[in-house]
Amino acid sequence: METLKVRIWRGDAAGGAFSAYEVPARENQTVLDVVSEIQREQEPALAYRFACRVGMCGSCAMEVNGRARWTCRTHVKRVAKPGEALTLRPLPHLPVIRDLATDMAPFFDKWARAKGSFQPKDAPDGAVPEDFAVVPPGSKPRREADAGIECIGCGVCYASCDVVGWNPDYLGPAALNRAWTLVNDVRDGARRARLDAVSGDAGCHSCHSTQSCTERCPKGLDPSSAIAGLKRSLFWDALLGRRG
Amino acid sequence: MRGQLHLWIAQRVTAAFLALAVAVHLVTIIIAVRGGLSAAEILARTRGSEAWLLFYAGFALAAGLHAAIGLRAIAAEWLGWRGRGLDIAWLGIGLLTALFGIRAAWGLYHG
Repeated sequence: METLKVRIWRGDAAGGAFSAYEVPARENQTVLDVVSEIQREQEPALAYRFACRVGMCGSCAMEVNGRARWTCRTHVKRVAKPGEALTLRPLPHLPVIRDLATDMAPFFDKWARAKGSFQPKDAPDGAVPEDFAVVPPGSKPRREADAGIECIGCGVCYASCDVVGWNPDYLGPAALNRAWTLVNDVRDGARRARLDAVSGDAGCHSCHSTQSCTERCPKGLDPSSAIAGLKRSLFWDALLGRRG
Repeated sequence: MRGQLHLWIAQRVTAAFLALAVAVHLVTIIIAVRGGLSAAEILARTRGSEAWLLFYAGFALAAGLHAAIGLRAIAAEWLGWRGRGLDIAWLGIGLLTALFGIRAAWGLYHG
């Protein structure tokens, strides 16, 4: 049976190096299958993260041959030609806990900083609204919100973004995409505070629209357009004096 | 953060103006020199012309501000130069650059 050569970065926050492994090359195997096989058969101490294995939970992202990807839905033959090795690293731009497992806390902290939680307009303090909100699915704001709502929080866009690498304070594509879905949610009452939170150098105004996030989002979302939407809203709000 | 938003808006607005101004500037040069044009003939047209003074003063101001705001972003990303003091310095550099251009435009109008 042919073998697949795999190089896996092993180490922690203090540093590390690549270790080489070989597994049987199978007709159908995902990158996560390969990592699991190595962990079960050869390297029990290998640290990595996964949960659902079907592209829903966003846990298993890693850097595969130089690109951040969701490994459970990435077939080896799509990223490595026959005979080519796999090189796996932890996601860039995030602190490494150990081996392929990164600390996602800074990533999700930025969702909170971008005011990524729904603030009901009609029901302050968590009260239950008296009636259901009527939101026509075909309305423009709802379509804008729907376009970005399927984010699974895998961090691939964040790891692929040059601006995150240049400015550690930058909120990043996922948090800004989340903010844009809420700006377009007609039931939400925190538009102004949210737009303030995503404005400036740490927010949408640092984005150069190079669109690596959109290119690499495994769910096919378009954070780049969401960020452009935030810029547009802030531009007109400021110009028309809606921001004081 | 509001200041940063305003810097971004300034760069977008100056970019829109520059797109138009650069086109006018280049087309004017090409048309003007087609039959051969001396410095004296150029001065004869610009001297006393408020329209050209206004156009080139606006051009210089937009170019100075646009370039400084752009350099500010590059310096922040590549060199890690950030902060309010530096922002004020960039604004100063932009206005100073603009001043050189405005001085030249004034020279064509008044000289």
